[in-house]
Amino acid sequence: MASLGGEALTVTHVEKKKKQPPARYWEDPPQQAGNGDNNRGTDGEQAGRQTEQQTPKAKKRKENEDRGDGNKFLSGKADRFPGPAPIPEDRLQKFKRKEKMKKPRRQHYKLKDMIARSEENSEMSQIQAARLDLLLPEDAGFLEGDEGEDTCTISQEDIAESVDITSKTKYFDLKLSQFGPYRVDYSQTGRQVLLGGRRGHIACIDWQSKQLTCEINVMESVNDVKWLHSEAMYAVAQKKWLHIYDSNGIELHCIRKFNDVLRMQFLPYHFLLATASATSFLQYLDVSVGKEVAAICTKTGRLDVMCQNPQNAVIHLGHANGTVTLWTPNQKEALVKMLCHHGAVRSVAVDKTGTYMVTSGMDKKLKVFDIRTFKPLKSYFLPAGASCLSLSQRGLLSAATGDIVQVYRDVWSTPVTKPYMAHRVQKTVWGTHFCPFEDVLGVGHGDGFTSMLIPGAGEPNIDGLDANPFRSAKQRQEWEVKALLEKVQPELISLNPTELGMVDRAASEIKHQDRVKALGFDPLAKVKFVPKYKKKGRSSSGNIEKRKRQVGHEDQRDDIRKTAEDRVKIEKERRQKEKKEAVLSSQKSALDRFRK
Amino acid sequence: QCNAGKLISSSSTHGLCSAFPFPFSHQMKVKVLSRNPDDYVRETKLDIQRVPRNYDPTLHPFEVSREYTRALNATKLERVFAKPFLASLDGHRDGVNCMAKHTKSLSTLLSGSCDGQVKVWNLTKRECVRTLQAHEGFVRGMVVRSCGTSFFTVGDDKTIKHWKMEAPGYGEEEEPLNTILGKTVFTGLDHHQKDAVFATCGQQVDIWDERRSSPIRSFTWGVDSFSAVRFNPVETELLASCASDRSIVLYDMRESAPLKKVIMTMRSNTLCWNPMEAYYFTCSNEDYNLYTYDMRYLDQPVTVHMDHVSAVLDVDYSPTGKEFVSASFDKTIRIFPKDGGHSREVYHTKRMQHVICIKWSADNKYILSGSDEMNIRLWKANAAEKLGVLAPRERQATNYSQKLKEKFQHHPQIRRIAHHRHLPKSLYHQTKELRVMKEARRKKYVNVRKHSRPGSVPLLSEKEKHVVTVVK
Repeated sequence: MASLGGEALTVTHVEKKKKQPPARYWEDPPQQAGNGDNNRGTDGEQAGRQTEQQTPKAKKRKENEDRGDGNKFLSGKADRFPGPAPIPEDRLQKFKRKEKMKKPRRQHYKLKDMIARSEENSEMSQIQAARLDLLLPEDAGFLEGDEGEDTCTISQEDIAESVDITSKTKYFDLKLSQFGPYRVDYSQTGRQVLLGGRRGHIACIDWQSKQLTCEINVMESVNDVKWLHSEAMYAVAQKKWLHIYDSNGIELHCIRKFNDVLRMQFLPYHFLLATASATSFLQYLDVSVGKEVAAICTKTGRLDVMCQNPQNAVIHLGHANGTVTLWTPNQKEALVKMLCHHGAVRSVAVDKTGTYMVTSGMDKKLKVFDIRTFKPLKSYFLPAGASCLSLSQRGLLSAATGDIVQVYRDVWSTPVTKPYMAHRVQKTVWGTHFCPFEDVLGVGHGDGFTSMLIPGAGEPNIDGLDANPFRSAKQRQEWEVKALLEKVQPELISLNPTELGMVDRAASEIKHQDRVKALGFDPLAKVKFVPKYKKKGRSSSGNIEKRKRQVGHEDQRDDIRKTAEDRVKIEKERRQKEKKEAVLSSQKSALDRFRK
Repeated sequence: QCNAGKLISSSSTHGLCSAFPFPFSHQMKVKVLSRNPDDYVRETKLDIQRVPRNYDPTLHPFEVSREYTRALNATKLERVFAKPFLASLDGHRDGVNCMAKHTKSLSTLLSGSCDGQVKVWNLTKRECVRTLQAHEGFVRGMVVRSCGTSFFTVGDDKTIKHWKMEAPGYGEEEEPLNTILGKTVFTGLDHHQKDAVFATCGQQVDIWDERRSSPIRSFTWGVDSFSAVRFNPVETELLASCASDRSIVLYDMRESAPLKKVIMTMRSNTLCWNPMEAYYFTCSNEDYNLYTYDMRYLDQPVTVHMDHVSAVLDVDYSPTGKEFVSASFDKTIRIFPKDGGHSREVYHTKRMQHVICIKWSADNKYILSGSDEMNIRLWKANAAEKLGVLAPRERQATNYSQKLKEKFQHHPQIRRIAHHRHLPKSLYHQTKELRVMKEARRKKYVNVRKHSRPGSVPLLSEKEKHVVTVVK
């Protein structure tokens, strides 16, 4: 209370004084308080705080508050938003790499210090990345209908009418009725599209400027087409062999180790081309050195359903018996076998984060799985069944039912009843692919190719050091060199891509086994006792046995001796106790004689 | 022949969407991604390229594996670029016995040889700028005064000589400023950090005032001779010396008697104080090891540094105090981290003989070694470091790869590459032999312990093995 009185005194003193010296930032805030409602409020607060001032802890807290208030402005005004701007929790979560480490139990001072420092750093980088997220220039696209109107009823023409001219040109049809149906593949940057007609027609198009880069006919049936790491090369799975062409349509390689390929996937960070063939072989081709990395006989029949998990480079294959199997080049057996459908699997797709897998089967069902736990999340029934599943960067799912392409939104989080968008093409759909970094879905069908506008499909903000659609030739060259330098070895493909950064807590047994394998002998193994050969008849077999017995169970002898001693000791104690009790019981009282 | 179909682009469509009848214009809201290339492409050729960034982790998969690959590449490149040897300064006509760093000038080095000659070197030009015949017999010790204008030498001829740093003018004779005639041979010399006081060692440790011709103080502790004396760089009145009776003695200049000493199993040749944590000093020992002691707790060393396969002759700390370099009789130079038991680097050449003296330059970039075969060699302190001015991007890349190497240093593949050093055959076999000997000794000790009364033979750690006693 005394302190409160003192505070009141100073307040009156200040208010009496009319003329004030100019405010200085180094002065304490109460002294420089002027008149006005605002200041009176702060004075009141000060007084209130003074009463709180009892423990040193409270004092410290108060000091912190004072600093946080930012009272030290020349104008005397308080900062209304003190401290750094808050960051939304979900945005922070987006950049979270791993959970906090447990502190080491014993006195590992150095380790503790290192862990603390690295955690501080990672937290700082997380916050900085989350803050920078705010400054990203582009927003994702969207489509909202009128009240009571479904977005799926909005036609492509209407969308094309209402968007800007550049986007309008992204909706177009290519009428190629001669050599269809077509498979589609967009390059990593999304600048080029590759069309592969079933009857041998191959075309690369810069689809935004509508310029034809190359066009050839391979005079053979074409099963699949795939861009390799850049726009300079692509692979074509032809009737018999796998061929690689460059962007001028010149055949670079005919790879006769890869025959009857039906589907292909390119793993861009590993420079691996994974192929699935009609002879049930899953093969990996390292395109940077031209070597076959692995050839796995899956023994599951014709492989025409394939996709990759972009997070861990595991290949998913769909089979005729309704299973989906997961593969890496390091293992001859499947990592995981999942029974997904009653009936054959028609198509599989994995989302960008590597969390969800969408499958469709001959049982006309569309299912969503969580591939971290391998559990089904959602199951939808589509009357016509779905083929050619494809997932966009922002998680839109396109499914083709006959000649209709349907696009769904949020298939894994909310139960979906209606498609987000739908579009009918001329003939049966053969391949779909979302263009990266654009709101465009490429549909290859029996009558050519359709480029559709799907608002909200593509990732709005590009990263210039990865796949940059606007990169110049020089930048592309530099990127190529860097990408080749940091090519991830195929041995590092596993279900958990962060495993490499974790501590290998192998049990001591396993470590010992490894050591034995490396050395070729067991260093800790006991050497068998071989008695020395002695002359003059002392090495008779009886003598040898006797000497062996002398050292037999040597390691256990101490223990045996100890337990034997212990037992003797316990026995002795017990006997003494009994004796004592007997002595006690022998002292009979006079009344004992009445006992029976 | 190319039988390609014609590509027809038709943006006007005809009744494709008859399945969805909607004749009315819509009041819908739509936004489609449409980037203006001007925001992503540089305006003129003179600009640098625009690189928009998006740090979303899902756009950058395999970050651990890619970082690991980068670290592996960086480690390999480090070994490729590891070319530590820079220059050899020749001119001495006998083995180089001692060297001294200039206290003010980075590019000046002084060296004294076994024939009594002292040479002053210009390291940037890599040439000798001055030669003087300082003593008869060995030049045993040399030190530059803290102001950098003069230096002291001691020699086998029982004299201490004080020389000017500048060369004499034309026609003038090379003469010392001052010569003090001692009673016994001096074996080492060090100068006080600031005051006009220096210390010599020989039969005893003497403290001298520069203006007087007799020592102001003499310390003895038993009859022995001393091989090195060094002033503490921070507690400037303290000094330490290595004695031939296997002990290291600490003194306070203001007191009349030595403070304390630690007696070890073998003799120490030289010692050096850590310039940053000046309560630590490291001594180079005859038993092939170096020992870092805390001067407050001498009863056991803080760290034992092993790797040399012969007696260690000299040691010098880096100015950052994080590492030190040692010269050995086994014809190699090794660099140790101050708290690491094994060296991180070994330097050797075919021609370099027993390395007698070693210095770490004051800019933390170079190492100078003087050896038996009359040469002074200039080495890089970091073997793979690029010398000269680094462009900012270059520096950034170096720092990044350094951090990556640190992050993945324990991965077996990376560790194998980073730790591999080529050693001369003899040295390699000697190392192996020493390992076998050590293992045999350990085995023997274990057996002795096993077969003696429990508690009678204590289990000794490596640190405890080498200290005999501490005397105060």
